[in-house]
Amino acid sequence: MSVLGELRRLRAGRAGRAAPRRRETAIGYLFLTPWLLGVVVITAVPMLASLYLAFTDYDLIRPPEWVGLDNVVAMLNDARLANSLRVTFTYVLVSVPLLLAFALLVAVLLDRKLRGLSFYRSIFYLPSLLGSSVAIAILWRQMFGRDGLINQVLAWFGVQGPSWISNPDTALGTIILLHVWTFGTPMLIFLAGLRQIPVMYYEAAQVDGASAFQRFTRITLPLLSPIIFFNLVLQIIGAFQSFTQAYVVSGGSGGPADSTMFYTMYLYQRGFAQLDMGYASALAWVLVLIIGAFTAVNFIASRFWVFYDD
Amino acid sequence: MTTDIAPVRRTRLLRTPAAGIVRHVLLIAASIVMIYPLLWMLASSFRPNDEIFSNPGIIPEGLDATNYLEGWNSLAHPFGRYLMNSAIVVLGCVLGNLLSCSLTAYAFARINFRFRAPLFAVMLVTIMIPVHVIVVPQYIMFNQLGWVNTFVPLVLPKFLATDAFFIFLMVQFIRSIPRELDEAARVDGLGHIGIFFRIILPLMLPALAATAIFTFINSWNEFFTALIYLTSPDMMTVPVALRSFLDVTAGSSYGPMFAMSIVSLLPVFFIFLFGQKYLVRGISTTGLK
Repeated sequence: MSVLGELRRLRAGRAGRAAPRRRETAIGYLFLTPWLLGVVVITAVPMLASLYLAFTDYDLIRPPEWVGLDNVVAMLNDARLANSLRVTFTYVLVSVPLLLAFALLVAVLLDRKLRGLSFYRSIFYLPSLLGSSVAIAILWRQMFGRDGLINQVLAWFGVQGPSWISNPDTALGTIILLHVWTFGTPMLIFLAGLRQIPVMYYEAAQVDGASAFQRFTRITLPLLSPIIFFNLVLQIIGAFQSFTQAYVVSGGSGGPADSTMFYTMYLYQRGFAQLDMGYASALAWVLVLIIGAFTAVNFIASRFWVFYDD
Repeated sequence: MTTDIAPVRRTRLLRTPAAGIVRHVLLIAASIVMIYPLLWMLASSFRPNDEIFSNPGIIPEGLDATNYLEGWNSLAHPFGRYLMNSAIVVLGCVLGNLLSCSLTAYAFARINFRFRAPLFAVMLVTIMIPVHVIVVPQYIMFNQLGWVNTFVPLVLPKFLATDAFFIFLMVQFIRSIPRELDEAARVDGLGHIGIFFRIILPLMLPALAATAIFTFINSWNEFFTALIYLTSPDMMTVPVALRSFLDVTAGSSYGPMFAMSIVSLLPVFFIFLFGQKYLVRGISTTGLK
């Protein structure tokens, strides 16, 4: 049962039980105290505060000054913001489908009894544990530099590669590649999902003369669609928040020529380098709205392609 | 489903030797591509800088520790200091998540309190809230409390169960524990607190292990909040210290950087080696519908 399945269930109203007794409620809230405190102090209050700050001018030193919609107007005329949106959308819309396609492909290759399954699984999963680290971003910087590993390998084939990270046309591509490299986590989820598909479906299809491709598109894909959907939603939410890799690979600049200036990096620069906390708060809320809109569209679209057999 | 005979049929119907070989060739090729950069970084960490830019091989020529010595000592403090800082943060985060998430999960899974359903929905939604919306006011708050350049902003939220994902993982796990055990304990006179500590907590060890391992890896790698809150060299954790190599060496001296990068990856690697079972199970069970 995934987070999304759980939310569906709640909406369908199947979660209710007998009316709670007062003692149960008291002890329940005792157990919940740390979490409730966290929701209020660490999440809800800061969220409301940032909503307020989004309409102010605030530099941490002088008190916030209400400026109405000035930040919004400034955002509409902010060319660097427009650029960072373009970079982020490109990153999300290219890397997430690629990553999920690889995850699904490898999971299908690994499914069913296979000699060395756990060995392969480990190899493919390892990068997703290491991929978000600064160490790997440093490695990437070297690999895609002028005399980096990639160009050394290309030299064997007589190709003189460019410096991938200092070229505005290719820098973003190297970070997308790094993200795709970490397909291990969704791959594990796909593998677990594939295990749940009864073998007899495939047997019946084969008796009826279905090809391997047909078995994949007519059985695997529909039965796996809730899990594909789950991965898609979470990966998109996660990808919009990417920061570390672009920050380290570009040396903190988002360069060359702002070509790797992710939305979160622009927010960081405005908020924490220029101490423009009001504007940064406005940026943060726009990010929430974007992620919310994407998630909503995902849920609406899912009615047309996600198949629930329960 | 007839699971007992399924594997036999599977082999007969779905697999041919040729397809099997093609599959292995594909998988081996993909494995090499996936793992090569890591092996190369390991081999390069023992090579002089100019060779890092000319030797794409992964067979080490020797175990020359020069880079490691240089990397260990090229920042404001010896690298051990940053490892220690990271260890403190990670320990705090793991402890915090284990405590706070298990308490919360027990309440959602086993106690029938008022407003449980809406609060559960709130909990699920917080999994998806991006950290960036709260980071600005949170920074202002922690700044006014004088907690910038302390570990508190990194560790305190974990004691308040803000990693809702792990609550969810534990709720799933507790639901799979038979309720008869609770009933029996209740007959013996235990209340919720007793049931939680004596019955549920020992039985949910796999979920606690998964939480501990994931929290370890996440907080060991955590960069964004560390970058914001830990600006003084005394307090830097490993990721922030590693990044500052790029400033110190103008980003050109890769030998020492690779050496310390390898050092920073080792804990995660060992956890992966020994905790893989819990990682795989944790991901598989929370990812399913």
